[in-house]
Amino acid sequence: MRRTVGSWGALLAAGAIYAVTALAQAVDAAGSSVNAVFTQMGVPVTAKFKRFDAEVNFDPAAPAGAKAWFEVDVASFDLGDAQYNKEVLKPEWFNAAAYPKASFTSSAIEAPAPGKLVVAGTLTIKGKSQAVKVPVNYRDEGGRRVFEGELPIQRLYFAIGEGEWKDTDMVADKVVIKFKIATAAG
Amino acid sequence: MNQTAPRYTGTAIALHWLLAALVITAFGLGLTMIEMPGITPTKLKMFNYHKWLGVTIFGLAVLRLLWRLFHPAPPPPPSMPLWQRRVASVTHWLLYALIFAIPLSGYFYSLAAGFPVVYLGLVPLPVLIEPDDQLKEVLKQTHFVLNTTLCTLVIIHVGAALKHHFINRDDVLKRMLPRFKSRN
Repeated sequence: MRRTVGSWGALLAAGAIYAVTALAQAVDAAGSSVNAVFTQMGVPVTAKFKRFDAEVNFDPAAPAGAKAWFEVDVASFDLGDAQYNKEVLKPEWFNAAAYPKASFTSSAIEAPAPGKLVVAGTLTIKGKSQAVKVPVNYRDEGGRRVFEGELPIQRLYFAIGEGEWKDTDMVADKVVIKFKIATAAG
Repeated sequence: MNQTAPRYTGTAIALHWLLAALVITAFGLGLTMIEMPGITPTKLKMFNYHKWLGVTIFGLAVLRLLWRLFHPAPPPPPSMPLWQRRVASVTHWLLYALIFAIPLSGYFYSLAAGFPVVYLGLVPLPVLIEPDDQLKEVLKQTHFVLNTTLCTLVIIHVGAALKHHFINRDDVLKRMLPRFKSRN
């Protein structure tokens, strides 16, 4: 538990450093979204994280030098039904009491083509971290810069759904995180 | 007794009893699952089975209505008073309407709640509306009220069939029973 708190502290500090040292573009919360699509007995169900925080430091002239960080409040996960929303906070799912946040911190960004990035970084959910690479498209529209991408993950790696919920016939292992982050086009 | 009395066709009889069994199962499953506390794998399975049953009922209802349109029901016994014929006819057509309306209200309720229906976990069915909290509540109530109506009509329907069989001692029930029973 203590280690967890320590690592979260480090992460928050890292976030704070980005905010201070880099000219991070302000994230437009209304234009941004972080959703997760999971499959329950073949049925795709989309749920959204209603509260999240993101930092993006991006210069289109030097995209490879960009940095990104985002953090979601797992208690804000909304499946559109109060009973479901309560269920997913339990220890078998997010264990929101012990792990209130899930986060992503970029480590290296490639820019293979204009408008396209490949962002490598660390995804941390329920205290477990995984190195991931996610393709991201970006475009400027209406004075904003919009970054969009999809990251398929395996929920069981992060122990999302323990005990009887491990059954992947009930809830498939693959969950797709879909994100859209809008910032001021700076 | 009366071997020559007009009967429903074998297809109509099969569809009637198959639908009766599926409707009773879906109804019982629906009542059971909504009483289960919290969210458990068993409960989610029941929700899915309930939806698959609903889709099956809807499909069979389409077949049944088409069959009925081309194969009229045998006429009521001559002894049956006019008001009873009218009540029977209204009850039958309301039952037909409900085996369409109830699966549809459930289907749209599921869509409004953000859960598309995937038949048997294999065939994704069309997502015709977006999730909508207000509509979800309206459809939930609609599904419930239609089911209460169905339950009432089924009681009248079964009661009337038994009355015909045991009190009037006519062929109204027998003509909807499979052959092997009518020979008793």
